[in-house]
Amino acid sequence: MKNGPLASLLLAFAAVGRLLIGLLAMVGRVTTFTFTILARGVRPPYYPARFVAQIMEIGWYSLPVVGLTAIFTGSALAQQIYTGGSRFNASSTVPAIVVFGMVRELGPVLVGLMVAGRVASAMAAELGTMRVTEQLDALATLRTDHFRYLIAPRLFAAVVAMPVLVLIANSIGIMGGYLLSIYKLGFNPASYLATTRQYLEWDDIRMAVVKAAVFGAIIAIMGCYNGCRTAGGAAGVGKATTDAVVSSFVLILFSDLVITIVAFG
Amino acid sequence: MATSFQPKIKLTDVVKRFDEKTVLDGVNLSVEHGESVAIIGGSGTGKSVTLKCILGLLTPESGSVTVDGVEVVGARARDMERVRAKFGMLFQGGALFDSMPVWRNITFGLTQGRIREPNRMRRIAEENLERVGLGRDILNLRPNELSGGMQKRVALARAIAPRPEIIFFDEPTTGLDPIRADVINDLITSLVEDLGVTALTITHDMSSARKIAHRVAMLYDGRIIWQGPRDRLYDSGNPYVDQFVQGRADGPIR
Repeated sequence: MKNGPLASLLLAFAAVGRLLIGLLAMVGRVTTFTFTILARGVRPPYYPARFVAQIMEIGWYSLPVVGLTAIFTGSALAQQIYTGGSRFNASSTVPAIVVFGMVRELGPVLVGLMVAGRVASAMAAELGTMRVTEQLDALATLRTDHFRYLIAPRLFAAVVAMPVLVLIANSIGIMGGYLLSIYKLGFNPASYLATTRQYLEWDDIRMAVVKAAVFGAIIAIMGCYNGCRTAGGAAGVGKATTDAVVSSFVLILFSDLVITIVAFG
Repeated sequence: MATSFQPKIKLTDVVKRFDEKTVLDGVNLSVEHGESVAIIGGSGTGKSVTLKCILGLLTPESGSVTVDGVEVVGARARDMERVRAKFGMLFQGGALFDSMPVWRNITFGLTQGRIREPNRMRRIAEENLERVGLGRDILNLRPNELSGGMQKRVALARAIAPRPEIIFFDEPTTGLDPIRADVINDLITSLVEDLGVTALTITHDMSSARKIAHRVAMLYDGRIIWQGPRDRLYDSGNPYVDQFVQGRADGPIR
């Protein structure tokens, strides 16, 4: 069989099988990791100062990059809809589509990706460095559970901070579309705002908040999970950081699809 | 319940593997109350792994580790926390927390990372710094602002601050100049002699081992191949120990 006609086919099956087993094992490890955070994080001791520090790190310090992303995206969206819509006399739909696009999709996803790039990488690098320099072991010998002290505050802060960031980004994005539509495309300000209000629905805002909270959880879990599993010195920290960002991106886009299908499917 | 004839720490047939590699292959070792034991052995022979198995940071595949008669292997989190409260540990690289100043590092074991009674904690940090030969001028500095030797001594101050019953020293004199190394040796000796602390030290420094330890054990190929009083270290009759303590390239250790 080793050199038979089916040998290469079997090798291909084996490779796919190994990949699948590896993927399932990782899903199992991440799930166990998540339940451990929740099980330990809800029991004392609590670290409110660490939680507040993480709110600042994840929320406050992400505001500039999130604000810039939102205003550029909102403006570009308005221009695209105007240009594309004018081909079939639908350029008046700019305010409605800017609201839909920003609130339902672009706001949560772009903020999720920006914060994942900034925060998941930082979490993985910090915890990874702590792992390879034995600081996590030192915490244990000083009777401090790193799940409660380091990880739970990050998870809870990300779940709280992300919805606020997304609401701010949505507002800024809509404002970006408004400014471009008024000052470049010549829309009437009053009617633009009236249309925006008309198409802005509570259900969309709720969905944006749910998406943001889920993305926040993904960012914190993947950042901390990859950081805590770091092995092998500086190269290991680099790999953990990359893995945290890539896995956060993929999971954010996948969960966005799932939530959107569940909400509208 | 701890009794006087019961070893403070006892390892029985401890086996620890990482994937296919067997690092500890049936380690047996006892440390008595108030005794200072040094473990010597080449790099990668599992000395740090032994300490981490005792602390419950790693779980052995088989065997038993007891501290004051309490089994550590498979212990519940609450029992493990009680056991760990007896320990202080000086890590090889110091393992100081980069994000906090020296005084908070030293008192971390007393506050579990929370900011409580800062004035009293700063006083405690100052007292412990003094014990390791450092002054109060570094209390507010971050670990990355200190030299390697100073970081080691701050880490030692952190290990002794909660006044543990047992202290593990992972290469305590590595990276220190000979005078500072001797200060650390004296400190370890005084902790054991004056305060009755039980000490387990990993070291490559033979003069340090002879000074601080009552007994020396050599780890090779995943097992304790020799143990005896420190005075026998250069007269062990064991070819592996002889080669190691004399630092010869030729001999049974490859």
